[in-house]
This record gives sequence, C-alpha cells and structure tokens, in this order.
Amino acid sequence: MDGLQIPLEHILVLAATLFSCGLMGLMLRRNIIFMLMSLEVMLNSAALAFVAAGARWGQADGQIIFLLILSVAAAEVAVGLGLVLQIQRRFKTLDMDQVNRLRG
Amino acid sequence: MNTLWLIPFFPLLSATALILSGGRMPRQLAALLGAGSVGLAAISVVMVARTYLAEGEVQQLTLWTWIAVDNFTPRIAFYVDGLTIVMMSVITGVGFLIHLYSIEFMWEDESFCRYFAYMNLFVAAMLLLVMADNLLLLYLGWEGVGVCSYLLVGFWYRDPLNGKAARKAFVVTRVGDTAMALGLLLLFTELGTLDIQAMMATANSTWQVGDTLPIIATALLLGGAVGKSAQLPLHTWLPDAMAGPTPVSALIHAATMVTAGVYLIARNYELFLLAPPTLQAVAWIGVLTLLLAAFTALAQHDIKRILAYSTISQIGYMFLALGVGAFASGIFHLMTHAFFKALLFLAAGAVIHCLHHEHNIFRMGGLRTRLPVVFWSFLIGSAALAALPFTSGFYSKDAILLTAWTAPGNGPWLWAGGLLGALLTSIYSFRLVFIVFFGAAQTEPDRQPGWKMSGPLILLCVLSLVGGWFALPLAGVLPNKGHAGISHVVEYISIATPLLGLVIAYLLFLGKQVSIASLVASPSGQALQNFWLNGWRIDKLYDTLLVRPFKSITHWWRNEPVDLLYNAMVTIARWGHGRLVTLQTGELRWYATSIVFGLVLLLAIMLRNAS
Repeated sequence: MDGLQIPLEHILVLAATLFSCGLMGLMLRRNIIFMLMSLEVMLNSAALAFVAAGARWGQADGQIIFLLILSVAAAEVAVGLGLVLQIQRRFKTLDMDQVNRLRG
Repeated sequence: MNTLWLIPFFPLLSATALILSGGRMPRQLAALLGAGSVGLAAISVVMVARTYLAEGEVQQLTLWTWIAVDNFTPRIAFYVDGLTIVMMSVITGVGFLIHLYSIEFMWEDESFCRYFAYMNLFVAAMLLLVMADNLLLLYLGWEGVGVCSYLLVGFWYRDPLNGKAARKAFVVTRVGDTAMALGLLLLFTELGTLDIQAMMATANSTWQVGDTLPIIATALLLGGAVGKSAQLPLHTWLPDAMAGPTPVSALIHAATMVTAGVYLIARNYELFLLAPPTLQAVAWIGVLTLLLAAFTALAQHDIKRILAYSTISQIGYMFLALGVGAFASGIFHLMTHAFFKALLFLAAGAVIHCLHHEHNIFRMGGLRTRLPVVFWSFLIGSAALAALPFTSGFYSKDAILLTAWTAPGNGPWLWAGGLLGALLTSIYSFRLVFIVFFGAAQTEPDRQPGWKMSGPLILLCVLSLVGGWFALPLAGVLPNKGHAGISHVVEYISIATPLLGLVIAYLLFLGKQVSIASLVASPSGQALQNFWLNGWRIDKLYDTLLVRPFKSITHWWRNEPVDLLYNAMVTIARWGHGRLVTLQTGELRWYATSIVFGLVLLLAIMLRNAS
C-alpha cells in the first residue's frame, strides 16, 4: 500500500488515551449523563482499536466488530437514557451520589 | 339366608348413627339405639346358636376379599363354631345387660351420646375379633377394641389423670400387640396363610412337636395375649384403666376385652400344642400373675382397684388352665368370670353411684340394710369369685385346679399356687364385703338404684349362681384334659380352701378376734402393706427401668444433634451474608471504581504470569 501510513502504535496510544479519559470520567463525574457519555467514549476507543487492527492485518473482522459495538452502544444509550428520565422524575436529581437507595 | 353378618352390623350401625349425630341426639333415642342394637345382636346370636346346637355344623360366611396381593388374600369372613358362640353370647348377653345398666348410670352425664357410640363400637369390634376366620381380621378387631378401651378409659378427659391412664393402657398393650404383629408376619411367611383353620392344618403337617419355629411364633402370639389380658409383665395398665366409667370397667376390663388373650390362645390351640415350652410358660405366667395380683388386692382400698386386681388374678387362672391343656375349662372360667365379675363391677358401680362417687371402701360401711339389692348382688358375686361351693365360679375354678394337679412335671406346684391364690381370693373378696356392707355406716346413700340398674344386677346374680351348670358346646372344638383318677383328698382340699378364706376374712375384718390394725401397724406389716398397695412396686420398677431412661434419651435428642450440621450451614451462611451485605452501598461510582481496580489487579497478575 502506498500513501501515508499511520503506524499502528500511534492509533493504539490514541485509543488507550481515549479509554483512560472515559474511565476517569466514569469514576469522577457524578452526573449520570456525563457518566453515560464517558461510557460512550470508552466504547468508541475500543472500536477504534478494532478498526486499526483490522486495517493493519487487512482483515474485515475489525470493521464487523465495530458495527457490533456501534449497535450495542445505540441499544445501551436507548436503555440508559430511559433510565435517566426515570431517575430525573423520581429523585429530581441526576447526581448519582444522591441516588443510593439500593443498598444492603 | 346366612345372617351372621347382622351380629356385628347392628352395633356398628348404631355406633355410626351415634357418631354422626354429633352428640345432639336426644337421650331417649341414644339409649334406645345404644342398648337396643346390642339387644338385637344378642337375639341374632341366640338364633345362630340354636342352629348350631341343632345341626352341630360350623357356620361360615365370606363377605368380600379384603386385600388381594399375590397369594396374600385375607377375606372379610366369619367362622362360627362352639367357641365363637360362647364368646358371642358372653359379649352380647353380658354386654346388653351392661348397656341397660349404663342408661341409668350415665343418664346425667353430658356426653351420653358419645358414651354409647364408643360402647357400641367396642361391641362391634369385639364381635369382629371373635368371629374372624383369619388372624388379620382378628387383629383388626383386636386393635379396634384397644382403641375403644383407650377412648373409654379416657372418657372423662377433662381430668388429665384419666388421659394419662388411657395413654398408659394403650401404650402398654401396644407392646404386646407389636409382638403379636410380628407373630402374624412369621406365621404368614412360614405357613403361607392366615386363615386360622388352614393355618393350623398346614402347621400340623409341616411342624413337629417341639420345633423352634412354632415355639417362636406362639411366644409372639403369647406376647399379644399377655398385653391384652393384663398378665405379667404387662399387667400394669389394668388397675389404672379403672379411671373410666364403672360399666366400662365391667364390660371391657372384666367381661370381654381382657379375655381376648385367652380367646386367642384357645382359638390357635393347635399351634400351642406344637410348642410345649410356650404352654409351660402360659401356665407359669398364669400362676405368678394370679398370686401377685391376689396379694396386691389384699392391700388396696379403692373398691374398683380391688376388682381390677381380682380380674388380673382370675385371668391368671384362665391362663393356667390353657397352659395345662384344659382349654375348655379355661373358656368355661372365662364365661363364669364374665358373669360374676360384671356383676361385681356393676354392684360396685351402684355403690359408687349412690354414694356421691365415693371409691374408698373405708368410707363406706354398713350398706347391707341401706342398699339391699346391691348387697345381695355383691355377696353372690363375691361367693362366685371366691369359688364357694355350688356357685358358678366353684365349678370352673375347681376344674382348673384339678387339671393343674395332673399336669406333667410340676403339676402339684401349679396346683399349690392356684390353691394359695384361691385362699387369697376368698380373703380379699370377703374383706371387701365385710368392710363395705357391714360395720358402722360412714356415708349415707343419697339415692336407690332404679330398675335399669337393679334388673341387670338380678339377672347377673342368677347367671353367677347357675352359670356353672351350663354345658358349653365345646366338645370337638377344643380339647380338654380330664382330671380323672385324682385322689379325693386333693378335691376336698380344693373345695375347703375358699371356705377357710371366708373364715379368715371373718375373723380379721368382721369378728375382730384378731386385730388386723395392730398387724398392719407394725413396721414390717406397714412396709408389706405399702409394698402391696403399690402393686409390688412394679410401676416404679418400669418407671426406673424404661420410662425414665426413655425420657432422658428423648430429652437429649430434642436438641437434635443430627441437625447440628445443617443448622451450622445455615448459621455460617447467615453470618457471611451479614458481612457481605455491607459491601452493597448503592454508590454507583464506588462500584465502577471497584470494578476498575479489580480489572487492573487481574491484568497485573496476567501480565506477570505472561512474562
């Protein structure tokens, strides 16, 4: 293949950085919407790693998995936003530290 | 048409009706049903007996097959021969008189209906017992009378003591019944049938006299008989069973149920003839029981307990008769005993009824002129019990004693034991008569027995006097060893002994020539009196040997040591749950962080292993 080739390592470093950002967001943010967004970032970083690996080895598997992740993310967001609506209605807040009634 | 089935059917139908009425039946109707059904059964028995006496043929009736499993097919079937007819006559005849008597005795009781329901059920079960043609049906009747005895001993169940007596009667007889059930199983596995006639024929052809198997089988049957008939060592329930109403004691614990053991042995006599050691044991159990019970009766002061011990003692005579091979004499004594002991119990019941439920004989006294009918009944009953010449008891007891003398081996010893028993019987019966009916009056009767009570008493008096002249239709049914060729001295001694007892009783308790009080007051006399009053302390012995160890074992087991393991699992799971539940905080970010740290940890371990 000719043209500019981005080394795989760079992409993987980018994916790892994205994943860490998402993870930090998940652990540190208290708002449930931001937590969901961080989750999306993490999913997408994993998808990016798959695509890059697929391109590197010239296999279609990476893109197939990307499509799978995309649909999983869509479903997850659909359910997640539904829950967010319910939480907002019942607790009048989106702060997850306030919503801790399900405990032993 | 064969009408045998009508005999147990009448009382059973009446019992069912009385039970279904739930106690709301008017007294008049309940009394009519209760006594009338037994009367009808008695009439049916008379008709069956007339046919039997005229034709001399065994009557059989098969109703239906009860159970059919492979070759085990016991039927609901009746077998009526001379022995059955004697038993049926006693049960329905004496039973009818007692039912009639009960109407007056129980009239003021609030559970009048329940009483007659139980009594009729008892009569039905007892008839089933004696009419059964196989041992399994006999066992059904056997347990049926046991249940009725339990229900009737505990009839006044509001007093916990009565319930205790009922339980004791049930549990102690259960010991014997278990042995009997084992005997039935053994007989069935060895002989392949439980039909009594077929079984005895097979036994005679497969077993020799003195084989081990018949000895074991008959010993097990004897266990059942000993329990039901209150013989040593299972006799302790009968004195306590006096907690029930007095007519119950007369019917169940004197005339019929307690003689079921005697009937069982007589019915299976061919088996017992194959096992001479068991017959020896029967004779010795009889002698020991009759002596022990007679000594105990000397010291009692409850009128019904005296009669209870006397019943044990008289059944001892029946066992002695069976043991020495005088089967017909044993059944003869069974019949005369049913007459005079029912008479004595009913007379005692009349005394108790008229004296505000007084049981202590030392608080009676002087009733001779106040209750004349009862006095004469009691006198005649005691005379027959003591076997004074020409009463019914004289003929039956004399036959038993004389046959005992001829028994091979230790005949004279058996005879001497029986004779000593006869002397004691005479002493305690007349002690009872002299203390209750002579001397100074202690308690005034507040009523006189009516015709329903006096009528049965008078009829039973007649039977007790002339019962000795009945010729029982037992020839060819039961073997009877004669007692020919005994020296007349033995006969005279047997006749004179009861008279001697009467004289001794007169001197001790009426004439006051010999002071019984000083005899009893001495330390050894007092100890002996106490010892006999408590029935040779056998109750205490059983309490120490059996009841208390059993109770301590159950006490120990009630904490369920086996369950400890399972309970420990539950406890550990609970404890773990208590600890782990604190981890569930409900904090979403805390969960996410834990997952991350867990993941990091796992990754670190994997990476370290990979390198």
